[in-house]
Parts: sequence; C-alpha cells; structure tokens
Amino acid sequence: MEITNENEEIEFDLLLQAIYQKYGYDFRNYARASLKRRIRYRLSQSNFKTISEMQHKLLYDSKFFATLLSDLTINVTEMFRDPSFFKALREVVIPELKKQPFIKVWHAGCSSGEEVYSTAILLKEEGLYRTSLIYATDADDVVLDKAKSGVFAIDRMKDYTLNYRKAGGLASFADYYTARYDNAIMDNSLKKNIVFSNHNLVTDGVFGEMDMIICRNVFIYFNRDLQDRVFRLFSESLRPGGFLCLGTKETIRFSSFSDDFENVTDHEKIYRKKNDEF
Amino acid sequence: MRNSQPVTYNTYKAIVIGASTGGRNALKTILSVLPSNFALSVIIVMHRHKDTDGYLELSLDNECKMCVKQADEKEEIKTGVVYVAPPNYHLLIEDDCTFSMSVEGVVNYARPSVDVVFESAADVYGQRLIGIILTGANKDGSQGLRKIKEAGGLTIVQSPETAEVADMPEAAIEAVKPDYVLSLENIGSFLRKLESEG
Repeated sequence: MEITNENEEIEFDLLLQAIYQKYGYDFRNYARASLKRRIRYRLSQSNFKTISEMQHKLLYDSKFFATLLSDLTINVTEMFRDPSFFKALREVVIPELKKQPFIKVWHAGCSSGEEVYSTAILLKEEGLYRTSLIYATDADDVVLDKAKSGVFAIDRMKDYTLNYRKAGGLASFADYYTARYDNAIMDNSLKKNIVFSNHNLVTDGVFGEMDMIICRNVFIYFNRDLQDRVFRLFSESLRPGGFLCLGTKETIRFSSFSDDFENVTDHEKIYRKKNDEF
Repeated sequence: MRNSQPVTYNTYKAIVIGASTGGRNALKTILSVLPSNFALSVIIVMHRHKDTDGYLELSLDNECKMCVKQADEKEEIKTGVVYVAPPNYHLLIEDDCTFSMSVEGVVNYARPSVDVVFESAADVYGQRLIGIILTGANKDGSQGLRKIKEAGGLTIVQSPETAEVADMPEAAIEAVKPDYVLSLENIGSFLRKLESEG
C-alpha cells in the first residue's frame, strides 16, 4: 500500500511534467487533490494499470491528450450562477460603471460562456451594452468554440430562468434565446460586443486596462503560488477603481495583493482596485 | 487497559462525517458530546440546497462546545474545530492539510459529495482517519468509506435502525463491512474514548 502511494506521487509529478513539456499546458501549480481525482478517473476509464502506462500513451497520441485535457479542465458552469452575485453586480457595481463613457470587461476562464452571456444580458438591461466590450477568454479552444456558438442545452433553461429572476432580471429570460429542437440559441445581439479569444492565465500576460474582471471559480484550482501570479496579472490588468469579481469561496485576502483592493460588498466576493494616490 | 502496553495506539488526526436527510439532528447528537479542546479535526459533508445560507454551521456552533464553521478555500485544518463543506462545492483535502474546492459535476447526485471528501481525506490521513456514515436517502459515501478502510483508517456506520433514513447507512454497511456499526447515541462517546486512547 505504502509503495503504491509513493509511486503514484512520483508518477503524478512526471505526468504533469510530461504534459507541460509536450503540450505546453502547465498544471504543475494546480491544487493537487482535485487533479489527482481526475487523473485517477481517466485511469479507471482506460485499460492502463498505472499512470506511467497512461503517460506513454499521452506522449505519443495527441487525441488521448485531448481527452485527458477535457478531464483536467473543469467546465461546469451555468447562467447567472449564484444569483446573489449578479444581483450585487447590478445594484452595486453597475451604478459605478455608468459613470464611464466606455466599459471594458474581461471574463477570464470563461469556459463555455454561460456567465459571459449573463453579463451581456445584465449590461443590456442596464443600457450599457452598446458602450461595452467584453473580452471572454479561456485556455481551452473546445469550450471557447462552444462559448462562441452561443448554443446551449434547452433543458437547462428552466434553471437559468429561475436564476435570472433571482438575480433581479428585468425582462423575460425567454426573450434572449430562440428554442430549436434541443437547443437554445442565444440572441445574436448579445454577441456583438463580445470578443472570444484564447488566453492561458498560467502562462500568458497582461490583458489591457480593464474596468472589470470577472473570474469565478477558477482560483480554487490553483495553489498559493499560482494564485499570487494570477492576482498580480489581474491587478496589473485593471485600471485604478476597476472591479475584480471572484467566486463565492474565493478571496484575495490571503494573497500578496490584498492591500491593493478594497471590499465592495459584505456578502459577495467583489473587490475594487484602490487608486494609486491612496 | 492502556497501561498494559507501550503507546503503540493509532493516533487519529481527523474524523470525516457524511450525512444527508435527517443529518442535522444526528450531527447535533454526536457533536454535543465532544469537548471544546477535542484533539481531532472534524470534517462534515452534509447534503443541502445549493442556495442555503450558513444556518447549519451557526446552529451547530451554538449547540456544541467545539467551534463549528464553514470550510474556507486554502484554510489550514486545525484540531478542535468542526468544518462543514460549503454548499454547491466539492470539498477536498490537500497533502499540507488545507482545504481545496472544486465545482466539477455532481457525484451521486450531490455537490458536495461525501465520496469526494472521504477519498481525498483517505489519501492524506491514511490510517490516522476515522470515517463515519450517518442517516440519509442516498448511497453517497459508500465508495469513500471503502477507500478509508483500504487506506487503513477506522470505519463507523450509524446503525440503520437508529437512522432517520436508513438507505445511506445500509448501503455503506453492504459496500464496506465497517469496523463498527453503532447506535446514534453511542457514536459520540465512542469518539471520546478513541481520543483519550490516542
């Protein structure tokens, strides 16, 4: 038992190293427990006995890597996920953004785009969409394509409608999509000011002078060092007075950049970058 | 009893508890017996609605001597504290005894899932872990309890006849053959005994 565990640790490190050197995706500074779980899952679904055997396959078969990559990147999301967050966005952040002639929003780690369309709907209802530009980025091209298409499963729309209402939606959620067979196709007008592009938070750099960065449930997968790297990236990508929005269980308070931000609300993880002169 | 042999007792470090329907009362019964300076960490996964507030943590904290709080991301796991998994996240434990989280899909229809936290706790604590399955209308936790047993940890299941809903204990007993099947009233005092032997 002990030997199995010890070997698994070694194999695990080697696998992450192999993925990085061969394919450029760097999971070495991800939180381990969740990665371990997903690699074990892929192993259990394959015919390989050990992670080492799987590593061999991975190096010589890029299709197999694509499968593993989709296991390793969590792409579970929903529209208006955590309605109370979007409600706070509408009530507290939007009034501040309205003072700006033009608004740049960065959805970092946007996955298949559900929250991007949620933000687009919110900006539209608040009369800000025409003067906004939303950059939606993810490191995974497969989910990014899905986000671009704006096509989602119709059977999720019931939940999303409920979320939308709880989030303080002003219209009828059904106005924003067209149902066709099993699909809900998001209204094209929502896409007009969204730019989808590939960006890897682990390896890529600063992304312009943003008014708001939304990056929810991404930090939970990183270790402390990587969290700090990305907080620096976000701090440098935000204008003074810009907003940073994190997931419910994420906080900037344990990072080296805590002092650069002030809390905007008590209950949601919305922070505001301080002005330099403070 | 304990002076007859040198201290070779298994020193337990943590207890993981999985509960579902009826879990709040069962947890209260167990936790209210434990002292404020209890020498182990207690980690609870309780199935509940995703938009729930912190009522469970607050009420247990009021009713128990140990400090009860919701687990935070990257938080260091301390002894004498009861941690409750946040709603709508899977809870995991890292090698350095801190919490991490994930929003990957539901496991056994649940997020947080008992299996997920039990499995990662077994990885980290090995034979220094106690796993407990309580009342619930689900099979979540059975696989995780098996992992705890395989890693050399101690496994306990609430006796189905003392459970508000017997499905979860029954599934665990069938899957694992646990070390102990105890009535709800006896679990707390049994844990105190293990603590003093450790």
